[in-house]
This record gives sequence, structure tokens and C-alpha cells, in this order.
Amino acid sequence: MATSYNAKEEDGHHSGASSHGAAGVVKSKKPDNTAFKQQRLPAWQPILTAGTVLPAFFVIGLIFIPIGIGLYVSSNNIKEFEIDYTGVDISNPCYSCAKNFSWNSTTPCVCSMNFTLEQPFESNVFMYYGLSNFYQNHRRYVKSRDDSQLNGDQSALKNPSKECEPYRTSDGLPIAPCGAIANSLFNDTLELYHIDSNNTRNTIPLVKKGIAWWTDKHVKFRNPGFIKLNKHLCTNKPVNWRKPVYELDPSDPDNNGFINEDFIVWMRTAALPTFRKLYRIIQKKSNTTPTLPSGKYVLEITYNYPVLSFDGRKRMILSTISWMGGKNPFLGIAYITVGSICFFLGVVLLIIHHKYDTRSNSADIPN
Amino acid sequence: MTWRSPLALVREALRGQRAREKDLRNLASNLPYEGLEKGKQPNRYFPGNAIKTTKYTLLLFIPMNLFEQFHRLANIYFVGLAILNFVPVVNAFQPEVALIPICVILCLTALKDAWEDFRRYQSDRKLNNTPCLIYSRKEKQFVERRWKDVRVGDFVRVVCNEIVPADLLLLHTSDPSGVCHIETSNLDGETNLKLRRTMSGLCISHPVFEPESFNSVVVCEKPNNNLNHFKCYAEKPDKEKVGAGIESLLLRGCTVRNTDHAVGFVVYAGHETKSMLNNNGPRYKRSKLERKLNINVFFCVILLFTMCLIGALGHFLWLQALPVVPPFLVPDSNGHLDSPSLSGFYMFFTMIILLQVLIPISLYVSIELVKIGQIFFITNDIDLYDEDTDSRVQCKALNITEDLGQIEYIFSDKTGTLTENKMVFRRCSIMGTEYPHKENAIRLAVLEEPESEEDIIFDHVPQPPNTRWSLDTEDTNPEDTQHHHGSWRKSKVAGTAQSNVAFSSPLETEVIPDRKLLQQISRAESSSSSSQKIDPYLDFFLALAICNTVVVSMATAQRQRTSESLHSRQTNNPLNTLSNLVKKPGSLHRIFTFWQRKPKRNRTISEDSVTEGDDFNPPVKTEEPGDINGLQTCSLYAPSQCNMPATTSDNLSYEAESPDEAALVYAAKAYGFTLLARTHDSVTVRLPSGEDLVFEVLDTLTFDPIRKRMSILVRHPITKKFVLYTKGADYAIMELLGTPYAEHLSGSQKNIAADTQHHLDCYAKEGLRTLCFTKKIVSDKMYESWLVNRRRALAAIDNREELVMDTAVQLETNLSLLGATGIEDRLQESVPDTIVALREAGIQVWVLTGDKPETAVNIGYACRLLEDEDLVINMSCKNKLTCTSILDCTLEEVRRYSEDPRNVDTTQDISLVIDGRTLTMALSSDLQDRFVDLAKRCRSVLCCRVTPLQKSRVVKVVREKLKVMTLAVGDGANDVNMIQAADIGIGISGQEGMQAVMASDFAISRFRHLKKLLLVHGHWCYTRLANMIIYFFYKNVAYVNLLFWYQFFCGFSGTAMIDYWLMIFFNLFFTSVPPIMFGIMDNDVSAEMLLGVPELYRMGQGAGAYKFSTFWVSMLDAFYQSLVCFFIPYLAYQDSDIDVFTFGTPLNTISLFTILLHLSIEIKAWTVIHWVIILGSVVLYFIVTLAYSGLCITCNPPSNPYWILQSQMADPMFYLICILTTVVALLPRYIFHVLRNSIAPSPLAQARHLDRLDPSTKSELIKEWRSFRGGGQVKRSRLSTPPSPTLETPVDIHLQSPISSDVMGDEFILNVITENYQRPLHT
Repeated sequence: MATSYNAKEEDGHHSGASSHGAAGVVKSKKPDNTAFKQQRLPAWQPILTAGTVLPAFFVIGLIFIPIGIGLYVSSNNIKEFEIDYTGVDISNPCYSCAKNFSWNSTTPCVCSMNFTLEQPFESNVFMYYGLSNFYQNHRRYVKSRDDSQLNGDQSALKNPSKECEPYRTSDGLPIAPCGAIANSLFNDTLELYHIDSNNTRNTIPLVKKGIAWWTDKHVKFRNPGFIKLNKHLCTNKPVNWRKPVYELDPSDPDNNGFINEDFIVWMRTAALPTFRKLYRIIQKKSNTTPTLPSGKYVLEITYNYPVLSFDGRKRMILSTISWMGGKNPFLGIAYITVGSICFFLGVVLLIIHHKYDTRSNSADIPN
Repeated sequence: MTWRSPLALVREALRGQRAREKDLRNLASNLPYEGLEKGKQPNRYFPGNAIKTTKYTLLLFIPMNLFEQFHRLANIYFVGLAILNFVPVVNAFQPEVALIPICVILCLTALKDAWEDFRRYQSDRKLNNTPCLIYSRKEKQFVERRWKDVRVGDFVRVVCNEIVPADLLLLHTSDPSGVCHIETSNLDGETNLKLRRTMSGLCISHPVFEPESFNSVVVCEKPNNNLNHFKCYAEKPDKEKVGAGIESLLLRGCTVRNTDHAVGFVVYAGHETKSMLNNNGPRYKRSKLERKLNINVFFCVILLFTMCLIGALGHFLWLQALPVVPPFLVPDSNGHLDSPSLSGFYMFFTMIILLQVLIPISLYVSIELVKIGQIFFITNDIDLYDEDTDSRVQCKALNITEDLGQIEYIFSDKTGTLTENKMVFRRCSIMGTEYPHKENAIRLAVLEEPESEEDIIFDHVPQPPNTRWSLDTEDTNPEDTQHHHGSWRKSKVAGTAQSNVAFSSPLETEVIPDRKLLQQISRAESSSSSSQKIDPYLDFFLALAICNTVVVSMATAQRQRTSESLHSRQTNNPLNTLSNLVKKPGSLHRIFTFWQRKPKRNRTISEDSVTEGDDFNPPVKTEEPGDINGLQTCSLYAPSQCNMPATTSDNLSYEAESPDEAALVYAAKAYGFTLLARTHDSVTVRLPSGEDLVFEVLDTLTFDPIRKRMSILVRHPITKKFVLYTKGADYAIMELLGTPYAEHLSGSQKNIAADTQHHLDCYAKEGLRTLCFTKKIVSDKMYESWLVNRRRALAAIDNREELVMDTAVQLETNLSLLGATGIEDRLQESVPDTIVALREAGIQVWVLTGDKPETAVNIGYACRLLEDEDLVINMSCKNKLTCTSILDCTLEEVRRYSEDPRNVDTTQDISLVIDGRTLTMALSSDLQDRFVDLAKRCRSVLCCRVTPLQKSRVVKVVREKLKVMTLAVGDGANDVNMIQAADIGIGISGQEGMQAVMASDFAISRFRHLKKLLLVHGHWCYTRLANMIIYFFYKNVAYVNLLFWYQFFCGFSGTAMIDYWLMIFFNLFFTSVPPIMFGIMDNDVSAEMLLGVPELYRMGQGAGAYKFSTFWVSMLDAFYQSLVCFFIPYLAYQDSDIDVFTFGTPLNTISLFTILLHLSIEIKAWTVIHWVIILGSVVLYFIVTLAYSGLCITCNPPSNPYWILQSQMADPMFYLICILTTVVALLPRYIFHVLRNSIAPSPLAQARHLDRLDPSTKSELIKEWRSFRGGGQVKRSRLSTPPSPTLETPVDIHLQSPISSDVMGDEFILNVITENYQRPLHT
């Protein structure tokens, strides 16, 4: 009411003033005649008809098909070798290791698998371990970590986040690194030997640095000062670990503790239940010899990690890499298919355009 | 303040409560108690005048506002979800983060509410601190105080043009007769002056009012919100009771006009005043779209539950399938794992939290914003602005804009809605003789010509204009005028020398007298001096001039303070006037005009001095204001304007409550009977002879809708007889006639009543409004006895209204008929166009009017509601039995007619005319269905003689039976019911006050604005909002489903692969503005096209753009798109080392592109704003996400977005996947649009196509297009007209001819119709 009073008062004023002929003082309520207020802004009005969109389809087709071919070719050029060492079959050398597994056994079980590379791997070779049916993306699992602790935060080290439960403390001491992800760290050791023509085993040098994201290694993961990880400072190792975090790589202080790259790679939880994680890099030695010449190889596995309990599989993958990452023909095929469909649709539309477009101007309103 | 026990305080409070609750209140003056403490004040229980309209207080704002907001179900839902998130076993996100969206929504709404409330607070404060004058005993005078200081029992003095601070019982005014004029435009918008008079009989009529002498107790009723009703009486110390009603109450908010000052006793203050009690909040209507929307929300809820159920079940099965506990299954802190079934149960709730966005949280807020935007554009439309009244279209109901685009039935009032409600006197019949006023008709016809001819007209040298009106012309050579008028007919230019008078003056104030009648009057007048002025002709015009409630005021000076006139009143005398006149810079002829009249004035005064013996005011005084103000007017005019012909012989202006009254007074004036002044108890009329007669007004029996007439009882100044003049509707008058006023007339004129009735019927046929005038001479004895009854009735407290009406009925008997008038109410401009366009738009138009059927049918033809070739069914019957059979027969007939194979190609054009009595029967519950069925088959329906209640009943029945969208448009108080009953009520701010506007959802100023409002804005608002809502549902489903598909790959564990902050931002910022802009600004078809092709409106009727199929199609599309958006990246990243949130980033980006590009396909017109907002959203997404993942190292724990987008953007795969997915996702919709537009374009698409052509070809094509489509409208052969049922009550089925050409003819069209077109009646 009160507001309407005011409005009305002004109105009264209005008519009063205008009846006195005081022009110019009175502000008319006439709306502004601007393009915006009258909804007459210049506008582009595209109408989607066969005629107008034809070129777009042909252009999409013409662009997509070459891209697809390019992708397909480069995916095919990638060499990849995969070997399953889970040990499900009795024939598998790792069968016994897989059967007799327990987290608490102190003696590592070692098994080795032979394989042959038909083709030489020319450029740098990336060595992955692959897990199947391992749900690293489970909601509770993904949350079960303390990033502050991994970032070197002192208070978080001593008092880890609630999210780490039940892997937060053991024996009254805080666990470092806490949480289920760290607790289930992949701990198989893989070694690769080349068996040359003399039947001698040549160890292939595996580089274990540079496998994690640079930002993870240098920004996200920080050690809280090396000494502080020591047991004197009252942190405990995760229950499934055989050694504490400060002994992950005693040989290299830059790869030890929270900034151990194997650890960092593991902590980046995989998006899908079947995944691979980068394990080592085999660097190309010279331009003349291939990184991995064709021939016989032995993969020696220190079998620590149990997957049979959840029907999982463990693989070792050797792969070269191109600009588009690992081997995946899907994208190339998809591009080619979509490009072809667009091209086909373009042709269909061309026919429709010829058949119907004459009508569109003088058609009737169906009522 | 002394200390009082709590008990006393409670007792006091209870007593106050009782005092306020009592049916009658006793109020005493505060003055004897002035200065005493509060506890001793007699009126302490009643609230003060300070008002508080704010909803909240500063301290309680937050709880109260929250309480208010939680009335919304959606808000409760989202808060419930947020709370659910705090339960550890089910939480999907960090609980604190989950609160953010709902908090943002609540805060925004709270801010809006707070701002509104602050505005209210400010205006309250301003009002409460407005100064006013209150009497103080200490200072013995009125002192200035604030409005908030006013208390019940105070004496408040208001001066001219001041707003009344509280409800005052008027005790004294500056006017000697104790009247006070008020303007109630603040309350009801009516700008005419209303008369209030002091409480009679309180003998405080001293020249100076002494509040201290007021010692009565005022007893009044409990405060109520009825603005037109008030009961109270004052009890004097000697126990004498004096009653008073609404006519003595000055309402808070009114403005005092034309009265120097007035003093009143405060009866109600503050929130108890009638205006505050009338102050209801804005109306809330739920639009049709919103109702459908809620059904769709319900579907979404079902969908959500299904998805959650799938999730829960999936989780259960997944857990069951696990042989032992794997390392990725995290037990709770005790190392205990829930059983699969329990986990599945918990998972259901986790899923609800995860997928909650499926129910669009921001939809309701967005809809509100969109509607505000739409209203902004509607109110800013320059085409809906009316220059004359300086008013835009007003949107009172904020949430039903889109209903404007779905109207199927329009119910329209006639008077003031289709017509101007500016009455023009057209014809009259006096004592059975018809005076057709041909010249007047011609003048009006000329006026209707296009304005371009005015230039030529004004080139003519103006002749002295007054010669034709002034009474000197009564013996002008008839041939001369005949010549002039004849030439008008030939060419408009020739005869306009005289007509430019009319051009410079408002139409309705000008009447060209009928020649014959003028002669008749002059004859009567010359004879009347001898025969004691009882000539019926004079009586007729006296009745015209007197029998009304017109207030005489001065056009220009009316709003000025009257103090100047007061000042001049003392000094004024004829000489003074004369000398003033000479000084005026007026043109020669103006002086001439005055000069001419001067002798008359002298005569007036000399006559006045004769009649001065009367005990009421000297006529000099009452007459004066008119003249003075006439002079002021003259001085205000610029000299150039004075060169223009004088508009009237006087500068009097009449303010009437209804335009009919003003028209009649102006008509009387044209014949020389000028109403000069009206006070409470006298009326001054100047006769053609120049003498002024002052009639003593003994009583006024005001108009009411039951009696349908008003009367005024006066004492004739010369004969000293009591004369009752009555005017009213013909049917209300005819039955009250006693012996005809014909004793002394010749036999041939005996049957005046019959003749007049015939004329009245003819007038009605012509579309004129008719009124009858009667006279009755009341004997002294009869008057005395009646007066006793009347006084008793007026003093009554209970049933006062009925008693007063009964007394009126008692007196209004045995009337003798004087004559009748026909007043034309002209159609508003482009009403026929508008009606035709609305009808082409597929809207059925009904007209509901209180007029007679003949008048209504006529107007129906004039406004093209009925067409010439229409089949008009006329239903009118007396009893229900016949009504039933007629209804059945007609229905059968109409059915046969429409099913006839020969009629297939013709649109059936059947119109129904039904009168009020038949309508009542037809609407009775057993006939309702049949009537509605019949009406459905009729193209237009005309209901005549309907009451306001019937109007709303018709609307309700049609709305409920046919389940259609209805719109009611009206301008008067009698349309309020109808306006409120319809889905949309539109008020026309016209001549009849603002009640209709107050009750309406939209207020327009002209009927023709309806066309653009519905066809353009209605269509736009509807398509925009419908598309926006569908898009909103699509958007949420498409986005949320990404999360759902992911559940199949994470063991249904409720993981979100997109950072929760980004999810919130996605809905809140990145994709919220584009749909809102889409809802406000999208122009699917231009306004010109929509107006040019009204058929396009049909798109919105029924279900229109918002069908369930549309909803489900877009749901399916959303499912498809989400599948594509999820599985293409999934397949591309399968068996790679990608991590959860790196996988989510391209998904998020892809869905952003898909959702925005989807909108781009839907947007029909791209303006700069569209580009800026769409591109801005994309840029904002990248900036915010880059910044977030660049800065957030350890924040928002599980997701850790650090450097994720950056690393993705460095990878070419990211772009390749984004492009491919977006293309594949949008391909089907794109193709669908293309194919539909190419193969079977919708009318809208075609219209869009035409829009792009250049204007000339466009208009050509539109014409071609429409004629093609309207091909069925070729004149069909007259088909077998249904034979009328052979019943005693005739059903008129006649085909009528257009009347436009016959309007001016003397012969009445009625005859034409019956002769030529009633042929089919009995075949």
C-alpha cells in the first residue's frame, strides 16, 4: 500500500502539473524507443534447412575422414606387447605364487615368465603394469587419503584426516601415508631381461624416474623433511606395507618418502576398473640399435600383490608411444565413421534439397 | 512511567483486546485528556496512525525469511538433501560443499526480500512523517504534527490538495453548506470528485469550528475493509443520536479537492483504516505451464528414483559378486564392513544426493528471472503505450505471462471495453416525438474520417462560432442550416466552416441541437412565461440537467487551491467581472461573446435578488465559482489559443461518475439549459431565456443496480412544487408509469409510452444506450409523510441500505414519462480489426453485456463479432422447459449443419445471442453441458442483459467444462467478478474507475492493445518460456546422466568423476545465464509476422510448444547425448593410465559444449547479446576451471584438481575427443531440425522464412499465403437454414445485413432486417 501511495502521489502530481501547462517538467511514462527495449536488435536468424546446412556436412566429412585416417595410422604404428602374469592357470609360472599369497609372508615369492618380441621396439619403450577388476574409483577408496599429509603438512602428518579411517592410525601412532589407497600400494617388482643369441640374460636398464606427473612430484607431493618420517617421530607404516615410507627407495633421497614416483603414480587413482599404470621407462640408447630388439625376453616378477581374491588380473605391458598416447584404434575408426556418416547425410540432404526446397517458399499453413 | 504489576499489564492488555473486538466502538474526544498519561486516555486501546507494512524486523529477518522460504517444497527438498549429506554412511560429497547451492539460492531470495522490505520501510517512514494539523487544547489551535502522531479521537484539519492521514468523520468544512470534495484516486483510481458532507445535526455550524465544544461520543462499527460502507452515530450528552454513513467519512489516502479546509474526528487510525485493510498483497496465480511443469518435475522425481534404485541394486549385486574383501573396499573405522544389502540400501540415498541435480534446483529461480525479464519487455513496448492517458501496459500478476500465449476463449465486456465509454448524445424522443439530430450524426461521421483532412479543414476562415449555439439562433433561417449540412454530405471540406468548432473540442461535450427541437423549445419557452413553465419540453431538459450527480467544476482551475477564489469571492461583483473582462488579452470575438451574455447576467442577479428570500445560500455565491474560474481559464490560455473558436459558451466542466450523465448534461446545455452549479442542497440551471433558476434539492435517491434508476427531488423555485425527476433504464421505468403526461395534449399523442417504447427499441437497434426520463409532482402532504420515513431510514444503523432503498421505491411510483434519450458509445479504434485478428488466431470471442439484445447485436456487427453471412441463433425464452427443448433442437440442428458433407469445406460460422434470463437457465446444472456443447460449436457468442455474477458464472462454466484457457477483459466494477474468474483477467483503465484494473492481472488502456499483447507478447512469452523449461530439463538430465553412466564402472559406489565445485559452478554459472537469456530474448518470429499472420497464435493453444511428447523427446535426446558424451571418451581412454578426475575433465568440457551448442540450435535469432553470453559462458568456464586447477593444490580433498585441465589442454587427444563427441551428440537433433524444416516445415518455420525476405515481397507472400489457407472462406451458397423449432417461443434465426450504411438513415434497420432477412424464419 505504502509504495502504491507514492506512485499514485506522483501520478496526481503529474496530471496537476500538466494541466497547468508546464510542459517539459513532466516526465512521460512513454517507453524508450530503443532497439533493445523494443526487441528490435539486429539479429542473425539462421534457418536450418537442407539447402543451408549442406556445406557444413560435406565440410565435416572432409575434415573428419583425414583426421580419422591419421589417427588410425599412428595408432597402428604403435607397438605394444602385453603379458598376463596373474597365474590363474596351472601352466602359468606364477601359479604357485598366486596361490600361496599372504600379505604377511616375509619371504618374497619370485617367478619368471618368458616371452618373445616378434618385432623390435624402436623408440622409447614404456613399461606398464596393468590391473583388471581393481576398482580404484570406488567412492570410499578414492576419498581415503590425506592430501595435506602427502603435501608435507606437519599437523596432518601427526593427525591425519578422518577420511583415512580405518587406515588412519595403527598401534596408537598415525599412519604415514594414511588411507586405503596408500595401504593397497602395488608392490610387485618387475625386472626385464633380454636373452640374446648366446642365451645370456642381459638386464635391461629400467628408468624409474620421470614416470609421475611433474606437478605431482614437485608440487603436490612433499616430504615433511626427511628425518621427520623416521620412526622416532612416531609415525607408523601402512598395515599392508613391508617397509615404511622412508625406505621406499633408500638409494635416492629424491625418490624416497612421499615423493617416490611409484607411490605417486599409484596415488593417482585410475578412472576405470581396468587400468594400467606406468612402471618404468626403457630409454633408447642410440639411433642405430632398437630399444628392444626382437627376440626372447624374461620377465622376473617378485610376486607380492594379490589380485585373485577379487578376480583381478595383473599384466605387464610394453608399449611405444606416439603424439596421441598409447595404442587405441577407437578414435581413428570413430572419426572415419562419423566423417563418412556426415558425408552420406550430406548426399541425402542434397537429394532432399532438390526435392523439397522449391516448396518451402509457397507452402501452406496446415491447420 | 510508574511501575505496574505484570498482572495489571495483562489485565490491561485483555481489556484492550476486548475493546478492539467489540462490535461497536465508543470513541470520545481526546481533548479533555490532553497531556494525561497513556493509561488515562479513553482511546488508548486503539492503534495509532503509524503504519508498518514491512514484513520483517531487523533482528528477526533471518528466521522469518527462512520460514517464509521453506514454504516452497523445492527448498525443503534441497535442504533435506544437504542434511542427508551430513550422514556419514550415505554422503556423496563433502557435506559442507553440498550446502552451497541451496545456500546461494536462499541467500539470493533473501537479498531480494530484504531489499523489497527496505523499500517498504522507507516509504512507511516517509508516510509516517508526513506533516498534518492536529488540534491542541494547550495552544488552542491546530498545530503541525506528523501522521504517526494522529490518534483515534483527535481532531485533524486537512487543507485543499492534502492527503487525509486517517479515516476522519467529517465535522466541519470551509464550505458553508458543509460539503467537501475528495478524490479517491489513491484508493480506487477514480479521478472524479466525490462529495462528502459534514455530519448533519451536530450543531457545530459556527463559522469557526471549536473542537473543544465537541462533547458527543462517537459510536462506530468495527473496522472493516468495505470502502463504500460505514456506519456510526454520535451520541450527544443529551442522549440524542445522530447517524452518519460513508458520505461523512474521509478515507485515509484520499485527497481533498475544491475545499479550502475540513476538520474531522479520527475514527480509525493506522492499520485500522479502510484503505489499509483493503491493502492485500499481490495476487498469485499459477499458470497452466507451471502446472504442467510440476507434472514434469514429478516425472523427473520418478526418473531419479528409478536411477537411484538401479544404483542401489547394482551396488548390492556388485558386492555380492565379490568373493572376498578386496583391498579397494574400505571398511568403516572399526574395520567392519556392512552387508551388501545394507550397503545397497545406503547407496540409494547416496545416489539421490549424487543425482539430485536431476530435479533442477535453479529452475524455479530461473523461471522467476525470465518472467521478470519478459514483463520488462512487455511494459516497455511502445505499441502498448497510450498517449492520451500516458499509461503503459501494467503487469499486476507476475507469473502468468506465458498464459497470454495460450488463450482459447476471450470474454469481453462491451461498454468501455469495446467502446470508448465516451458518451455522445445522439437522439432523443420527447413526448412521443422523435428528434433524430441528423446534423449531430453527420458531425460525428465527419469526425471519424482520417485525420489527414484536418489540414484542409483548418484552412477555412472560422466563422463566429457561437452564433449557432447561442439562443439567438433559434430563429436562424432553416434553409441556411439545411444548406450547410447538405454541403457536408457532399464534400467534407465544404461544410466544415462550422465543424471546426467540434474539432477543437472534446467530442462528447459538443452536441448540435436538432433544428425542429430548437424551434419547439423556443415556442415552448415563449409560451411558458404564461403557462407557469410546465411545458414537457422544458421539463425534459430540466430533468436532463438536474437529474444527475454531476459536479460542476472548472476544467483548468479545478485542482488549484481555492483560496484565491475565496479571496475573490468577497470582492466579486458584476462590475468587477466586467472590468476584469476588459483587461483580458482575449481576442475580439471572445469579448464579444462575453459582452453578448452580459445583459443576461445582470438579469440573473436582479432575479436572484428576488428569490433571495429563500432560506438557503444566496445564489450569487453558488454561481460565482464558475464565472471566476472561467476568467482564470481565459487568462491561462495563450492569446493564440484564444483565437481558436471558443469551445463552449462557458468554461464550466462537468465531472460525472458515469459518462452518460455528463453527456446528458452537455446535451441539455446545447439546448440552453446549462447546469451552472450544484451544491449539496441546490442546483442552479440557466434557462435558454438566460434566467437562472435555483432548485432546492430536497433529496437525491442515488442509483443502485437493483432499482436501475436514480431520482432527484427538488422544489421548483417558481411553482414551489415538489418535483421528482427520475431517470433510468427503460424497463425499470416503464413499469412505474402512472397516467401518461398527456392530459392536456391532443388525442393523437395520447399513447406516448407506446411511441417512446418504439423509439427506444429503434435506438437499441442502432446500438444506442437508452435512458428514460420521467417527472412526478409530489404533493406537500405526501412529501411530509415520506420525509419522516426517509429520516428514520437514514438514521438507522441496521439494514440502513435496504431501508433507504425502500423509501426510494416508495416515492418512485406513478411517474409520468417525459421522454427518452439515445446516447452513442462509440467503438474504440481498431476494435473490429482486433476482433478479426483474434478470431483468426483461433480464439473464440464472447461478449457479455448488460445491454439489450438489440443494442448488443448491433454492436456485434459493428465490431465484426458477427459477420454478414453468419447464422445468428437468437435464444430467449421464459421458462426452463422451453429453454431445454430449444437448446436440444438447436444443438441437433447445429450438429446436423456441421456434419453435413456440403459444409465440410466451409468453416461453420454460427453465432449465438442469448439473454440473461435464458442464460441463467442454460447454466443450470442439468443444461450446462448442452449449452457448453452448443457454445463450443458457435463462432461467437453474445450474452445480453447479464449481471456481473452471471458473467463470472459463464466464464467459470466454460473454463471448467471445456478445460480451456480463458481471458476476461473488462473495465468496470461489474466486470471484476469475471476478471477474477478467468485464467487471465485484463482490466482496461477507462472511464469507469479502476476497480477492474485493481482486480486484473494485466491492465491495458485500449482494447486494441490486446492484439499485440496476445499475438506477439503472448506468443513470445509462451514459446520462450516453454522452450526454456524444456531445455532446462534436458540440460539437467543430460549432465546428471554422465554421473549415472559412470556408476556402471565404479561398482555403483556413487563416485563423481567431476570435481564437486566444478559441478556446482557448471549449473550455477557456466550454463545458467544462456537459458535465462533464451527465455527472455529469443525471437522465433518477428512481431510483424505474428501480427500479420494471426494464425501463428494457434501454435500455443492447447498444448503447443510444451507437449508431453516434446518433453519426452527432449528427455530421450538428453539420454542419447549423455550416452555419447560418456562413452566416446570412455572408449577413447579405455585401458589407459587415466585417473578419475582427468577422465572427468573432458567429460565436463564436452557436456558444456554440447549443452551450449544444443541451445544454439534452438536459438532462432542471434543478437549481439546472444553471442556475448554464449561465448562468455565458454570463456568463463575455461578461465574459472584453469584458475581453479591452477591454484587448488590440496583443497577439496578427493578430487585434487591441481593442474588437471592444464595437462589435458596440452594433449591433442583432448581436443580430438571434444570435437568428435560434440558433433556426434548433436547430430540427430541437428538433422531432425533440418529435415523437419525442409520436408514439413511448421507454420512458424515458414513464417521465419518469410521474415528474411524484403518487406515488399514479404507482404505479398503473406497475402498469398493467407489467402491460400483461407481458401475455404469463399462465399458459400446459403445452406439450408435450420428451421426454427415449432415452439411457442420463437427462436430467431435470421441472417442480418450490415448496418454501417444505414446508420444515418432515418428508417430503422430493424425494418430492413425483418423485411429482407427474416424470410428463412418459417421456411
